[in-house]
Amino acid sequence: MSDMMDDMEGGEGVVKKFMFVNRKAPHGTIYALEGLEVVLVSAAFDQDVSMVFADDGVYELIKGMNTKGIEVKDFSKTYRALDGYDIEKLYVEKASMDARGLSEADLIVDVTVLDSAEMANLMAEQDVVISY
Amino acid sequence: MLHIVNKSATERNSLESCLRMASKGSAVLLIEDAVYAVTQGGVAAAQIQAAMADLQIYALGPDLDARGMSARVLDGVKVVDYGGFVDLVTETNVCQSWL
Repeated sequence: MSDMMDDMEGGEGVVKKFMFVNRKAPHGTIYALEGLEVVLVSAAFDQDVSMVFADDGVYELIKGMNTKGIEVKDFSKTYRALDGYDIEKLYVEKASMDARGLSEADLIVDVTVLDSAEMANLMAEQDVVISY
Repeated sequence: MLHIVNKSATERNSLESCLRMASKGSAVLLIEDAVYAVTQGGVAAAQIQAAMADLQIYALGPDLDARGMSARVLDGVKVVDYGGFVDLVTETNVCQSWL
């Protein structure tokens, strides 16, 4: 407990590797937006944050969304602001992109594309994994 | 019969079940996350193309726009707006939503 207080007061707390795994399409459910908001909150705690986009989660990063017609917030531009919060580790699973006919050129931000084995290794390195 | 599907075909089996059980001549309207199924290069594209032999396939334009997918729609899929959605509902005697 006293260690925890020291961490909080000194601002020099333990840095853990946090991974946020995004597997849902935007708009149809609230998961993608909520996941993004939690990532932004996590930035305040100076942790080592990675974001993964796999399965329908790759749809979160598609360029050229126009949400006017469905009257919801277009939060896709917020992904571009992540590097301002020192969240620069964005990973996309190649198989998920391929299955959807997508390539890096279709995405709104620069990402690192990993094959499934590389993704497995990255996940295995984490201290905390939070899934949306 | 108008069939309405709103779930992503790569997350749920709603579309697959709908296409399997829809009778010839029926209309299938894809809305919300289901619209990804009518985009080029996706795993559901072949299923949609095969289904178009017997079914009319529609997709809701505002949902395609919101997802950045309007320019990727497969040939033969009819894109409708909310007015077109209402027309489809009023033109048919029964609607089935594959939730």
